[in-house]
Amino acid sequence: MKVLEERLDARIPDGPLDQKWTRHQGEMKLVSPNNKRKYTVIVVGTGLAGGSAAATLAELGYNVLSFCYQDSARRAHSIAAQGGINACKNYQNDGDSVRRFFHDTIKGGDFRSREANVYRLTELSTDIIDQCVAQGVPFAREYGGTLANRSFGGAQVSRTFYARGQTGQQLLLGCYQAMMRQVNAGKITLFPRTEMLDLVVANGRAIGIITRDMVTGKVEKHCADAVVLATGGYGNVFYLSTNAKGCNVTAGFRAYRQGAYFSNPCYTQIHPTCIPPHGEHQSKLTLMSESLRNDGRVWVSKTPGDKRAPDQIPDEDRDYYLERIYPSFGNLAPRDIASRAAKRVVDEGRGVGPTGVGVYLDFRDAIGRLGAQNIAAKYGNLFDMYQRITDEDPYKVPMRIYPASHYTMGGLWVDYNLMSNLPGLFVIGEANFSDHGANRLGASALLQGLVDGYFVLPYTIGDYFARFKKLDASADHPEFDQAEARVKDRIRTFLSINGRRTPDSFHRQLGQLVWDKCGMSRNAEGLKEAIARIPEIRQEFWEDVKVVGSGEDLNISLEQAGRTADFIDLAELMCRDALAREESCGGHFREEHQTDEGEALRDDERFCHVSCWKSNGTDPDPDLILEPLVFENVQLATRSYK
Amino acid sequence: MNLTLHVWRQKGPAAAGRMVTYQARGVSPDQSFLEMLDGLNEELITKGEEPVAFDHDCREGICGSCGMVINGVAHGPEQTTTCQLHMRSFEDGDEIYIEPWRAEPFPVVRDLMVDRSAFDRIISAGGYVSINTGSAPEANATAIRKEDADMAFDAATCIGCGACVAACKNASAMLFTSAKVSQLAKLPQGQVERKRRVLNMVERMDQEGFGNCSNYQECEAVCPKGISTQNISVMNREYLRATLTGA
Repeated sequence: MKVLEERLDARIPDGPLDQKWTRHQGEMKLVSPNNKRKYTVIVVGTGLAGGSAAATLAELGYNVLSFCYQDSARRAHSIAAQGGINACKNYQNDGDSVRRFFHDTIKGGDFRSREANVYRLTELSTDIIDQCVAQGVPFAREYGGTLANRSFGGAQVSRTFYARGQTGQQLLLGCYQAMMRQVNAGKITLFPRTEMLDLVVANGRAIGIITRDMVTGKVEKHCADAVVLATGGYGNVFYLSTNAKGCNVTAGFRAYRQGAYFSNPCYTQIHPTCIPPHGEHQSKLTLMSESLRNDGRVWVSKTPGDKRAPDQIPDEDRDYYLERIYPSFGNLAPRDIASRAAKRVVDEGRGVGPTGVGVYLDFRDAIGRLGAQNIAAKYGNLFDMYQRITDEDPYKVPMRIYPASHYTMGGLWVDYNLMSNLPGLFVIGEANFSDHGANRLGASALLQGLVDGYFVLPYTIGDYFARFKKLDASADHPEFDQAEARVKDRIRTFLSINGRRTPDSFHRQLGQLVWDKCGMSRNAEGLKEAIARIPEIRQEFWEDVKVVGSGEDLNISLEQAGRTADFIDLAELMCRDALAREESCGGHFREEHQTDEGEALRDDERFCHVSCWKSNGTDPDPDLILEPLVFENVQLATRSYK
Repeated sequence: MNLTLHVWRQKGPAAAGRMVTYQARGVSPDQSFLEMLDGLNEELITKGEEPVAFDHDCREGICGSCGMVINGVAHGPEQTTTCQLHMRSFEDGDEIYIEPWRAEPFPVVRDLMVDRSAFDRIISAGGYVSINTGSAPEANATAIRKEDADMAFDAATCIGCGACVAACKNASAMLFTSAKVSQLAKLPQGQVERKRRVLNMVERMDQEGFGNCSNYQECEAVCPKGISTQNISVMNREYLRATLTGA
């Protein structure tokens, strides 16, 4: 690893924090309305970030090419988000404000995010609620007709707006519908069942992408004035995660190989309330909304190895450990804190359930207090889902939960305008690194996706178009041919190996290794071991993977092989990043760096920075560039939720 | 448990399809139906055969991707999505017939995968509120009765999986279309375009080749989200109102 002296310009506007975005908006250059139709924008991904961006850019007058691997834009994984979206509307009069939301988010991210980005996120949160309500998103309401709120992990105010346990679905359908309106108007062209396999860069600018039609196998070139990646996170590197099966890192990782910087890949969020794994055939983990922690109480037995049924364990033998250790936040402690606490009690042998890997999330007291009917009204669909998966009735026996990989805070580096270091390549939503620091608080992912897509990118992309000379490139550009050749070559290679193992078997093997060595906690020894073993997996993969069928057809094993190959390379980058960051912060817990009480111990002297990795081509040893984080408005303090 | 699977294999929309029989061994009752098919596919790939193509993604019952007809019932014996169907719903030694959604407007892409883009075109015909970004009024400026918001929500939970079409002997898309129509008709935000919306969406639905509703209510019986056929009545009223009074 070489640390480069290069200075990255995050283009953060001057001036007081609360005026930065307004001033910047006033200073950005504009594209005249009659010129907007001359520009084409590629948006990859149709989740909350990509969908809202595509709809808004088309509405402004740009031509939008929208790509997704699913059969419809409406199926992007944002749809599965259950809990809610944060906005400091202060409807409850419980003391919320932009300032407070900003502070919670900075602190929640363990002081590893950019002040200016986070402030803008919280500032625009209120507009998002207005926007979504106007679209007809049916948020939960009080009997008086006003919007309802609830509290979420990491916050002491009720600032979370929700639509039962299906907030992501309702918000996504809102922007999907806005997209379809623009499809009808002829401003968006949809490319469903299409996978981005490479980024085309010419003279340092992103000018297009190479895709594969997943039905016909056709490899195609698409040229545009700007490329927007809204491709989500890479949590599936662990194989088992709460992400949809198709979520992958390929688009981002190809961009990284073409020169975009990958930031903080070791920051992965482990969500505390997932249904524990049951067996070796499992394909994914299911998250239970964090909102359950509002009413559910987390506990395990006080004695290790207690095999009694939960209703046979009297209160005096129960350890409500979150309430005990973190009395002021209790069951609502932030995700990284709650996850590690669960791991600790399981490691002590106090885990519950048939595998011993799990803790109880108990609604007995809430049902006693509010009645089963009220609990059903609040969480009914989550309870049904739990019952379907586990065959246990959570109204009668406590749920069993355990942490799982959920969200990735790392991603491609972007400046304040959400543009990567490659001009013309924008990265929004979970695919970028910018807003959540080392840990993401609940109900802020949906917010970031929509803020980026509806209210930030549509301004900043115009500024890029107005400042840079318009592209005169077309898909005939030689860089397109080279990129197409790279993609076709890779496909040919996969098909020619004809080994013995399925792509999925490699993915599982990789996932287990990364979870063990770079999961909920890490140490130098384990990371070094992983960095040594991943190249072995890579070598075996490229020698022994079995891909059946042809390239000119719908081919599942070919898709899996391509994604697994990128996960292997990404996993190595993650481990290198985790090894270099010799501190604990948020979702990155280095065992060598903890307090006497087992809490994360940051090192602000040495690591108050963003780690940006620059690919060295196929050489697995990338270079590191540091973007120092400057805090002018908050005091870096140890996070305490006690 | 050990199972005999009869799976519909079809290369493409124009190709002829046929049932192919496979044995699934060592299936755990805790596996989901899709995980059982994953296992079959792993075996097929190892043997050098092409895996069975099926749509799936979130595997949490919400994205609406998955869907197949299992033993003659859309999504199988439980009223849920195929990804949330677990093998404990079957017995050791069972024979299971697995087919794609069969409806003319949903051409088979391959095996169990069908093309449901007709649903997207119905939404693009009017299933939205034409609000421009960035100029929305304050969210609490319009109070909405909780009962109305809840009813709109009940309709809005449709995941667009297409089971309603697959279950209907007329291949009607009325449950899907009516869910969106009645969601937006219930809310003040949807009023301005209320009449035009229902006319355009119904027209599109017919153009796509979906059949009419003849009140068999099979759609409601298989809908994984319990969307009520009352929405169809709402849509019929909305349609009548729009045709009588003009959009």
